[in-house]
Amino acid sequence: MAAAALEVDRLSSGYGPTRIISDLSFTVSAGGRLAILGRNGVGKTTLLATLMGLTSHQGGSIRAGGRELAGLKPSARAMAGIGYVPQTRDIFRSLTVEENLVTGLKGRDKAALEEVYGLFPRLAERRQNFGQQLSGGEQQMLSLARTLLGRPNILLLDEPLEGLAPVICDQIMATVSKLARSGEMTIILVEQQIERALDFAEQAIVIERGRAVWRGAPADLLAEHGLVDDLLGVGVR
Amino acid sequence: MTGQHTSVEPRLGPPAAVRQLAVPVIVIGLLGAAGYLVFPEDLAFLTRLISITLLVLSLDLVVGYCGVATLGHAAIFGVAAYAVGNACIAGLADPLLLLAVGGLSGLVMGLVSGAIVTRFHGLPQLVLSIAIGQLVGALSNKLSSLTGGSDGLSGITPGRIFGVFGFDMFSRTGYLFSLAVLIVVFIVLTRLVASPFGLLCRGIRDNNLRARMIGAAVYPRLIAMYGVSGVVAGIGGALMAINTGVVGLDSVGFERSAEALVMLVLGGAGSLWGALFGAIVFQLFEHVVSAANPYHWLTLVGLLLVAIVLFAPQGLGPAVASRWRRLRRAGARP
Repeated sequence: MAAAALEVDRLSSGYGPTRIISDLSFTVSAGGRLAILGRNGVGKTTLLATLMGLTSHQGGSIRAGGRELAGLKPSARAMAGIGYVPQTRDIFRSLTVEENLVTGLKGRDKAALEEVYGLFPRLAERRQNFGQQLSGGEQQMLSLARTLLGRPNILLLDEPLEGLAPVICDQIMATVSKLARSGEMTIILVEQQIERALDFAEQAIVIERGRAVWRGAPADLLAEHGLVDDLLGVGVR
Repeated sequence: MTGQHTSVEPRLGPPAAVRQLAVPVIVIGLLGAAGYLVFPEDLAFLTRLISITLLVLSLDLVVGYCGVATLGHAAIFGVAAYAVGNACIAGLADPLLLLAVGGLSGLVMGLVSGAIVTRFHGLPQLVLSIAIGQLVGALSNKLSSLTGGSDGLSGITPGRIFGVFGFDMFSRTGYLFSLAVLIVVFIVLTRLVASPFGLLCRGIRDNNLRARMIGAAVYPRLIAMYGVSGVVAGIGGALMAINTGVVGLDSVGFERSAEALVMLVLGGAGSLWGALFGAIVFQLFEHVVSAANPYHWLTLVGLLLVAIVLFAPQGLGPAVASRWRRLRRAGARP
């Protein structure tokens, strides 16, 4: 498994005729780490949903590892190597942890489950529990683990830390950083915890009303006094 | 991914796999033996009960495991029964081959109706399933050269099983044959619903969109499960034709579809054991009550269903399982 580059060119999308993302372009190199930032409701989740094929595509192109994704169904994009961990986690509530993981194997041997149990030992302890019995943090781990079992070469993470205790956030970000360091996947992170997102990423894009209004290295964003506050409405220490 | 974790035992080790095989053999075998010994005069009824149980299990695969709403499943059951009847009349007498004919026609019917029904969701899906059932019913009435019309298809006389065991007028052979088929089918289905394919079907039922996002092609999977369900319903229909020697219009009727759904809800959809017990409890209750009170038995059946829905809305299976777990927890406490 090798990471793939993602090239988004003049992408426009939305829900039905309503346009949310307008003319957005960016490139992430193979193995790169991109943070997508912005205030609530500016289109960050819609952007990831568009990359996964869940919105109405209204123009532009999405190329993953040189392959055009626009027009493909979500299942075909997943098979092409796009892994999506949605904000809503979307685990299968009536299945146990292990059964949830088995659904993500995509034909791989069941022994592969040990890989994700290694990353998330908590899931190994809870393997017999049903999805609906898990805490928010465990559900997030499960959603991420199930996606990883499909061996994505581009991983889309939509607010993985939302509503989680700081200690769980630390665990999840440590795992995501470990995945990034392995170089096996390109990671695109949408996150409201700005400091953690900037700490993780090597480049960042700030979105407003579906358009990119700032892009560059996280250090540059932090260096410009007041810029984070202006763009994102939050203060960073 | 680089992590390795080896300290936790895999969940489905050999003992669990053996349990998966042994429990159905023991439980269904014991229930079957009890039926044989306690109701020796009613073996024909119990044989029919097994056929209908297979229809309910088949229905559970699509309703309980995939979340597909259908009220036309008896069409598959009935078409398979007619196919088996015609094959037998045409000279194919081997009961095992007749079972294969039933399974195959069920597969074809399942794939065709599944391809139509699973394209839609909710009410349109339900209405389509009813429409297919009605269409098959009307065709069965019209094509009397193949179905016998309202008189039914008769003259089905299967040969001996393995060339040795002939079907007798007391239904002993038919009962034991049907019981063996039920056990085999149940074991196969137990393995199927626990397989990655079966789990993904349950995932589709839980969250269709999420299943797509992890790479599952939902529509083909639902059709495939419908096909498997068709095979099971077809085997049930084949047993009905083989054991009774007659296939009537009631085999494909809406009433049978609705009754099968009621049995499933009674036992608990989404559980093979629930489907099994729902079918057994409903049919036994109906049999006993209709014999005891030929005038008001339907009222009593209705009251039973109301009571189940009020006090065990998830069905008898989950209610009993939950009670059992509570008792075990209480027993484990010091």
